Formats: sequence, structure tokens, C-alpha cells
Amino acid sequence: MSSAVTGFKGRAELGVALLLGVVGVLVFLDANGLVTPYSKSDPVGPKTVPFIVAGILLICAVMLAINVLRGGKGEAEEGEDVDLTHPADWKTILPLAGAFLLNILLIDWAGWVISGTILFWGSVLALGSRRYIRDGIISVALSLLTFYGFYLGLGIALPAGLLEGIL
Amino acid sequence: MDVWSSLMDGFSTALTPLNLMYAMIGVILGTAVGVLPGLGPAMTVALLLPVTYALEPTSAFIMFAGIYYGGMYGGSTTSILLNTPGESSSVVTAIEGNKMAKAGRAAQALATAAIGSFVAGTIGTTLLAVCAPIVVKFAVSLGSPSYFAIMMLALLAVTAVLGKSRLRGFASLGLGLAIGLVGLDSVTGQSRLTFGIPLLSDGLDIVVVAVAIFAVGEALWVAAHLRRTPLHIIPVGRPWMGKKDWQRSWKPWLRGTVFGFPFGALPAGGAEIPTFLSYVTEKRLSKHPEEFGHGAIEGVAGPEAANNAAAAGTLTPMLALGLPTNATAAVMLAAFTSYGIQPGPQLFSSQGPLVWALIASLFIGNLLLLLINLPLAPLWAKLLQLPRPYLYAGILFFATLGAYSVNLQAFDLVILLVLGALGFMMRRFGLPVLPLILGVILGPRLEGQLRKTLQLSAGDPAGLFSEPIAIGIYVIIAIILAWPLVLKLIRRNRPATVLPTGYDDAEPTTEHHVASVPQATTTEAPTPTEQKQEKP
Repeated sequence: MSSAVTGFKGRAELGVALLLGVVGVLVFLDANGLVTPYSKSDPVGPKTVPFIVAGILLICAVMLAINVLRGGKGEAEEGEDVDLTHPADWKTILPLAGAFLLNILLIDWAGWVISGTILFWGSVLALGSRRYIRDGIISVALSLLTFYGFYLGLGIALPAGLLEGIL
Repeated sequence: MDVWSSLMDGFSTALTPLNLMYAMIGVILGTAVGVLPGLGPAMTVALLLPVTYALEPTSAFIMFAGIYYGGMYGGSTTSILLNTPGESSSVVTAIEGNKMAKAGRAAQALATAAIGSFVAGTIGTTLLAVCAPIVVKFAVSLGSPSYFAIMMLALLAVTAVLGKSRLRGFASLGLGLAIGLVGLDSVTGQSRLTFGIPLLSDGLDIVVVAVAIFAVGEALWVAAHLRRTPLHIIPVGRPWMGKKDWQRSWKPWLRGTVFGFPFGALPAGGAEIPTFLSYVTEKRLSKHPEEFGHGAIEGVAGPEAANNAAAAGTLTPMLALGLPTNATAAVMLAAFTSYGIQPGPQLFSSQGPLVWALIASLFIGNLLLLLINLPLAPLWAKLLQLPRPYLYAGILFFATLGAYSVNLQAFDLVILLVLGALGFMMRRFGLPVLPLILGVILGPRLEGQLRKTLQLSAGDPAGLFSEPIAIGIYVIIAIILAWPLVLKLIRRNRPATVLPTGYDDAEPTTEHHVASVPQATTTEAPTPTEQKQEKP
């Protein structure tokens, strides 16, 4: 942990402090906006705990900012498949998030079988698989299987969407 | 005896063919996902929660019991065959286990891990069955002030003792508490942090939060740093042990159990400290100390037993007090709540049959694990070769499916993505995940107890100290919080001495375990356990 690296890269963690600060302020403002008459049966009221939580968040935000500026660094998590020697690969993350978003937008309208296929296929592609046909078949199979599995096995009707009547 | 007859009733529930099947499914699923990189027992339970809503609670918990033990065992298989421990509790197993595997003794390493897990798990579960009712007896006499103190202890201990950075632990805790605040206030019915969105007024579904933080966050994080070079997996045949291995293993198993159970039962005890303690003890007591670091079987047997005994220990406060001390227990507790079952000391009286069936199925699950895992080990090793794109796409797919099926609304998926991004950020910047999850789960209950306490004392803060147990716990909390300062002082006065804690100086170093160096520049002191958080 060498002394503070200059530039955006070394200071990215300040973003965490900022996030903590913003959440802290939000919690404070929200609690402050509650109108509660004092009640004997509930002397603590709905505001106290949010105020404490806001306090914890704001203190953490300030201390984390100081810590980071002094060169402190949170250690990134390791794992079996994690290789920290290369930086975060946004070319994987963004398409992945895209597939996820697409699923959110499509699930109610197009139905789970279509949106789930897009989600799995898109994710596999984003993660670097290049066997388009096989991946596609697996995606469709998974979506159909879960659709019927949930319907028949658990009694949960996932949306059929565009395929309503066919499925 | 009372315990005995209740336990027998539990067995009769758990041994019905249907429930036996769920136990079997749980054990196989748990082991499979425990073996798979990036997946841990907490994530598995979280992902399966929505699926089990259709089951009756008893069957669901029997399955969870299987997943819990199976996941623990699966993790050790990975660390022996891959030398990249997924869960912090199997870090120690990897040290000697992988050396053994490299020396062609993978079969023996897996065997001592499996049999040791069985021995420790069985003893641990027995202790659980004996201890939990005693804790309950003691706990029913406690009032709100004591509960408030106990929950504070659990939260603060997990935040301040585990993980590398206390500050980041508290940051994570704060975020968790804030998430727990979302929704209608339980006493006055006012909406808090809902920002006018009606869908938020029921609060954030704990299943969605857990799946987001554990599964989506993890999948995104791994995706960003996916290892492009395949890991070397050591092939393995059927596990077996020779006579000499048995002789060298049985004592470490028992000693590991002794270390594991009490630590698991403590708030913030976890499995990390006892596995290290067990490793160090075995190294000192061994007749072959020169083998340590080159694949000593004692170094696998002891820590593995400690790991499983701790897993059983963790269930004691979870069942007796409603107090989760690790991620899996936290998610299981969330499962209780989602079934409308109130965790706490009343659990044994109100849901006695369920609890005893759960405990009985822990015994059964343990035995199934042994029977299944010895022959299936080669198959598990093959699972490690699953192409990574499928694995992580699959996690995202099932996370989405699980979160969506709870309420069938796309809005939950938005929350899933947002909190998944939060989980990603936390992994990137070293914020531990456990305090957040505990904050979400315990936060609302903590607030409830606080308000009850002060209601009884008519607003007088002295009411918080009205029970002797509560005062005792506050003293413990004060010690935990002051501990790093004390350490700092000791170090300043005696700069030449090594770290004063017993396990720290003997901490074995692995290639991926970089001990953080104490620095004067940061505002915090490193905590005694310089380790990774438990992985979901």
C-alpha cells in the first residue's frame, strides 16, 4: 500500500465515501420530514433510529474519505475465478448489465421465455463464449424448462407474454 | 429425557420418504454449488428461497440443512483440488490439502476432510441439540433490554471483529441498516425512505436483497475479473485412507471439533478463527512437524473438523435466540421470517416439531454427505471444469428468476440490479458483505426492541440498563470496541514484539493471503483476524 496514488484511479474509493454521505443525508432528510406527535406509548418514535443510522453513515463517509486520502485502501475480494492482476473489464460488465436491463424491460411484455433467453444468451456472450448456436439452444431450453418447471412444479405462473396461448 | 423424545419426534418427521428426498436434494445441491467456484451456501439458500415457498416449511428447512452442511463440505473439496479457497473458512484446508493433492494424496486429503466433517458435524449437532434448549431456558427469562443488548453485540461483533477494516465494516453496516429502514414504520405506520414509491412501502424483500448482494454482486464482480487462463485441477479417484492416515487423523478431528463449536456459537465467532487455531495446534502437537507446509494430513483433518463443528455451533444462537452469526444463518433466518415464523426463544415452544425435525435432519444430512461424497468425489472434480460463461450466466439467470418469482413484479428486478451494483462496489472496495445483510435483517428487530424497552421505562434511557445481562453485554461490547486501541498501545510500548495474539504470529502464509501490514497512516488498526469475509 504505497502512498496515495494520484489521479482518478487511486481515488475511486472516494466515490464510496460520497455514496455513504449521500445515503446518510437522504436518511436524515427523510426522517426529518416525518411529522410525529410525541406519544407516551412510543417515546422513541419513528425518527430516532433513522437519525442514528444517518449519523453512522455520515461519520463513516468522513472517516473513509480521510482514510482514502491518507492512502488507505479497501482490499478487493478474491475468489476462485477472480484474477485481480487485470483491471475491471468493462467490456464484459456493460453488455452483461445490458442483458439484465433488457430482461427487466421485456419480462412483463414479452414474457419470461423470451426475456430469459435474451438474458442467458446475452450473458454467455458477454462472458466470452463464442459458440453461438449451442448457447442459443441452451438458453431457449433453460427458459422453457424453468417456465414449465415453475408452473407445473411450484404453481408459479411466470408471464407468458407474447407467447401467450402457445405455451 | 425431554430433549431425547423431542429429537426422536424430529427423526420421525425427517425420516419420511418425502423429507428424506428433500434432505438428499439439499445435500447434493449444497455440495455441488459448494464445489462450484463463486457459489457458497448462503447464495444457494437465497437462490432457492423462492422455490421453496411452495413447499411446507419443514421440508424447506430440511433441505436448507442439507445445503448448509453440503456447502461447507463442497468448499473444502474445491480448496483441496484447486488451491483457491472460495470461503474464508476453507483457507486453512487449502494450505495442506492442496500440497497433499499435488503430492498425489488427493484421495486421502478428501477422505480425511469428509470423515472429519462427518465426525465433527455429528458431535456438533449433538451439542446443538443439548445446548439449544438450555440457552432457550435461559433466554425466555430475558426482556427487551437484554435482547437489544444481545443484538447490538451480534451486529457490532460481526462488524468490528471480522474483516480487515473496521471502518469499512461499519460503512457496510450503516448501508444495511438504511436498507432495513425502507418501508412502513411498524409502530406508527409512517413510510420511511420510500420516496413516494408505493411499491417500496412494504419494505425491500429480504430475499431480493440477499440474492442481489450475494448472487448478482458476485457474478458481476467475477465477470469483471474473470480469470482467462484455466486453473489447474488435480484429478482424483475415489477417496480412501490407509491405517496410518486414520491414526494421524482421529485426534485432530476431535480437537478441531472442540475448537469449532464454541467459536461458531459466539456472535462473530465464525469458522475462521477456530480453523486457524486448529491448524496451529496440530502443527505444534504433530510428530511430523516437518511435513507441515508439504502436505500434512493433520493440517487438513483438524481445520476441516473445526469448520464443520463451527457450522453446527452457528445454528445454536440462530435457533435459540434468533441471532444469525454468519451469512448462511442470516439467510435461513430470513427464510423463517418469510414463512411467518418468528425467530427467537419462543421458536422451540411454538415451532417445536419444525425445529427438532431440522436438528434431526442435520444428523441425517451429515450421514448422507459421507455416503454420497466418498463415491462422488471424482464427479465433483469434473464440475470444476464447467465453462465459466455458463456458470456465471446461470447465476444471473437464476437470481433473476428467483427474485422475480417472489412477487412477480419487474420492479424487484430493478432493485436487484441496483443492489447488485452495490454488491459489486462493495467487493471492489473491500466492504464486507456480512454486516450489511445482518443490518438489513437485525436492524428492524433492533429498533423494535429499543422502542419496547423505552416504552416500558417511559422514555428513560436508564431502561436500557435495567437488566444485569444487558449490562454485562455492554461491557463486552465496550471491550470489543476498545480492543484495537489497546493493541495499538501495547504495540507502541513494545515495538519489538510480534503481534500479541496467539494465532496471528503463527498465521500460515499462502500465495493469495497477503497479510495487511499495520500502518500508522490509516486511522484504524488491523483487527486480530486479518481475513476474508465468508463468501456467500
